[in-house]
Amino acid sequence: MTPETDTSLQDNKMNRTSLFIMRMRGILRKEMLQILRDPSSIALAVVLPMALLFIFGYGVTLDATNVPVAVVNDDSGAGSRELTARFELSPYFNVNRLNSMKEAIDLLDRNSIDGIIRMQDDFSSRLQAGGRASVQLILSGMDSNQARLIQGYVSGIIEKWIALRRANGKAVSNPPVTIASRIWFNESGESRNFMIPGLITLIMTLTGILLTALVVAREWERGTMEALLVTPLRRIDILLGKILPYYLLGMIGMGLSVILAVTLFQVPFRGSIAALILLSSLFMLASLGFGLLLSAAIRVQFVAAQISIIAGFLPALFLSGLIFDLKSTPLAIQIISHVVPARYFVTIGHTLFMAGNIWSVLLPNALVLALMAAIFITLAFKKITKRLEG
Amino acid sequence: MGAIHRILALMIKEFSMILKDPKSRFVVIGPPLIQFFVFGYAATFDLKDVSYAVLDESRSIESRQLLSKIEGSKNFLLARTLFSEKEIDRVINDETVRLVIHIPPDFSRNLKISGSATVQVIADGRNPNVALVALGYVGNIINQENTELIKQGVAGPAGGGIILVERSWFNDNLRSRWFIVSALGGVISMVVVMILTSLSVAREREFGTFDQLLVAPFTPGEILLGKSLPGMVFGLMDALIFSAGAVWWFGVPFRGTIPALVIALLCFIITMVGVGLLVSSLSMTMQQGLLGAFVFMMPSVILSGLATPIENMPHWLQVLDFANPVRYIITSLRSVFLEGADIRMLWPNLWPLLIIAAIALPSAAWLFRHRTQ
Repeated sequence: MTPETDTSLQDNKMNRTSLFIMRMRGILRKEMLQILRDPSSIALAVVLPMALLFIFGYGVTLDATNVPVAVVNDDSGAGSRELTARFELSPYFNVNRLNSMKEAIDLLDRNSIDGIIRMQDDFSSRLQAGGRASVQLILSGMDSNQARLIQGYVSGIIEKWIALRRANGKAVSNPPVTIASRIWFNESGESRNFMIPGLITLIMTLTGILLTALVVAREWERGTMEALLVTPLRRIDILLGKILPYYLLGMIGMGLSVILAVTLFQVPFRGSIAALILLSSLFMLASLGFGLLLSAAIRVQFVAAQISIIAGFLPALFLSGLIFDLKSTPLAIQIISHVVPARYFVTIGHTLFMAGNIWSVLLPNALVLALMAAIFITLAFKKITKRLEG
Repeated sequence: MGAIHRILALMIKEFSMILKDPKSRFVVIGPPLIQFFVFGYAATFDLKDVSYAVLDESRSIESRQLLSKIEGSKNFLLARTLFSEKEIDRVINDETVRLVIHIPPDFSRNLKISGSATVQVIADGRNPNVALVALGYVGNIINQENTELIKQGVAGPAGGGIILVERSWFNDNLRSRWFIVSALGGVISMVVVMILTSLSVAREREFGTFDQLLVAPFTPGEILLGKSLPGMVFGLMDALIFSAGAVWWFGVPFRGTIPALVIALLCFIITMVGVGLLVSSLSMTMQQGLLGAFVFMMPSVILSGLATPIENMPHWLQVLDFANPVRYIITSLRSVFLEGADIRMLWPNLWPLLIIAAIALPSAAWLFRHRTQ
C-alpha cells in the first residue's frame, strides 16, 4: 500500500462523510419546507398536545365531588339530624333532603341523583339504647366505579362521626380490628397525579403516529417519490429525513406537555430530566416508527390514515392501563396489551412523575420500547425500496 | 326519477371505493369487531388478583385467621411474604406488589387486652384508583372479620354502633363491564363513521377528482347524500352488531326497547356523518382530514363520560360538553340497556344530536362548493 492510495482512501472517507452531510442537509431542508408549507404538522405536534392536556387535565378525573344524593330521614332524633348535617357539610355530596322514600326513588330512576341515604324512624332511639342502628344506602349501580366511591365516602363520614361521638364520651362500640392505611407516592390518592402522566402518553402516542402516518404514502401518491428516487439519496437518507424533523417536533410537544403538567396541574415530578428525555425519546421513536411503517407499507394515504385512526387511538386508551387496570383483565388481554407502546410509557410516566428514577421499573420498559422502535424503523427501512414496484 | 338515478350512481361509486380495495374493505369490518371484543374484556374497574405482600410480626392465631381471609378472597393474590419492615420499601417501589399488609407484633396482645388492634395497610398510589378500591376490599374483609371476632367473644361491642346497609340498583354486583360495554359500541361505530367520512372529500380534493364531481350533474345535496351513505350503512351495521355482541357475548342485560335502540343509534350516526363530512370538506389534504378527525375524536370520546363521569368535571367544561355528540349516545345506550328506557325517555338525549346534525350537514354542503384553495 503506497502512501498515495492511503491518502486517497482518507479523502474518499472524508468525501463520503461530507457527501452524507450534504445529502442530509438537502433532504432535511426539503422536509422542513414541507412541514412549514402545511402548518397542520406543527399544529399537531405543538399546539394540539397542549390544548388537549389542558382540557383533559381538568376533565378526566376519577375523584368525585358534589355527587347529588338524597337524604331521607324518617327519624326525628338528634342522632340522625347530626349525621345528616355531616353529609351536608361534606364536599363530596350535594345533599337533597327529601321527606319520602317515594320521591327519592323517583329521582334515582330519573338519574337526577346517584344515591339515597336513608335513616329509619328508630335510628336515634336504637343508637341511644346502645343497640345497632343502621343507615341504608341505595346506589345507582350504573357507574359501578362511582358507586364504589360513594360507598367509601359514606362509610368514611359515618366512621368520622362515630369517632367524634366517642371523643364526646358517648357510648360507641369499638370495632376489634381497625385499619391504618397509607397510600405511597400519592398520599391523598388524587387521581390527577395518575391521570396527567397517562394523558401525556396518550396524546403523544397519537401525535407520533399521526405525524408520520402519511409522509411516505404521500410521496408515492403524488408521484414525488419517483422524483426522490432519481436523486442520489439513499434509502437511509430518506428514512432519516422522514424521522428527524418529526422527532424534534414531537419532543417539543412532549417537553411543553410536561412543563404544563408540572406548572399548571402541580403534578410532582420526582425523576430526573435526563431520564425523561432518554425514555421519551425511545417512546417517540417507537410511535414515529409505527406511523412510518404504516405509511411505507401501505403507500396509499387514504388507507394509511384509516388504519392509523383505528390502530392509534382506542388501543392506546383501553389497553395502556391509563384508565382500566391491565392486571385485572383476562390473561389474553394482558398478552395483547404488550404490543401497545403506550402501555410501557404509561408505566414509565407514573414512575418518573410520582416515584422517581426507579430503574428496576424503568429499565425493562425502556428496553421493550427500544426494541419496538428498532423493529418498526428497520421494517420501515426495508419497505422504503428504491424500486417503483415494491 | 332522475334524482334517484343520480344518487344511485353516486352510491355505487362511493361503495365501490371502499369495497374495491381489499385493505379498505378489511378496515371497516375486521378491526372494529376485534376491538369491540378486546376492549370489552379490557374495560373493567373491578380488580382481581391484586398482588400483595404480608409482613406478619404477630404470628398469632388471630393474625393468621385474618390473613387466611384475605388469601381466600379472589380479589387478592399473595405474592411475597416479608420478614422485615425494610423490605416493604423495595416490593412497593419496584411494583412487585401493590399492597402490603403489615400486622404489628402487639396485634394479638392488644386484641386480647383492650379488645382493639390495628393493621397497617400500605398501597402503591401510582394508580390511586386501584389503591382506593383495593383498600376498600381490605376494609370489607376486615369488617367481616370483626363481626366474627365479636361472635367468638374475642371482643365485644360496648355500646351502640352503626352498620351501613348497602344496595346497588340496576347493577347489583357493581359489574363495571356492563357500564362500559353497553356504551362501547357507540364509540367504536363512531370511529368507523369517522374513517369513512372524514377523508372522503379531502381525498377527492387531493386527487383533483373533486372538480370532476362538481362539474357532473349533481347538486351539492346529492353529493353529500352519496358521501354519507357508506358511513351510515357501515356505522349502523357495526353498531347493531356491537349491541348484539354486548347482550349475547358479554351478558349485558337489555331492558329497553329495540326501536329506542335503533332510533338512538340512527340519530347518532347521522350526526357523526355530518361531523365527519364537515371535517372532510374543511380539509384540503388527507393529512388535514386525519388531523381533523383526531382533533374531534379525542376530546369527544375522553369527555363523553365513557370512562370518567361528566359530573366530576369542572363546571365550564360540563357546559362545553353539551356540544359533544358522543356524550348523548353514551347516556342513551346506557339507559336503553341498563335502565330500560324507551324512545320517550331517550328524547332529552336525542334532540341535541339532531341539532348538531342540523348544523353540521348543511355547513358541510355549503363548504363543498365554497371552500377552494
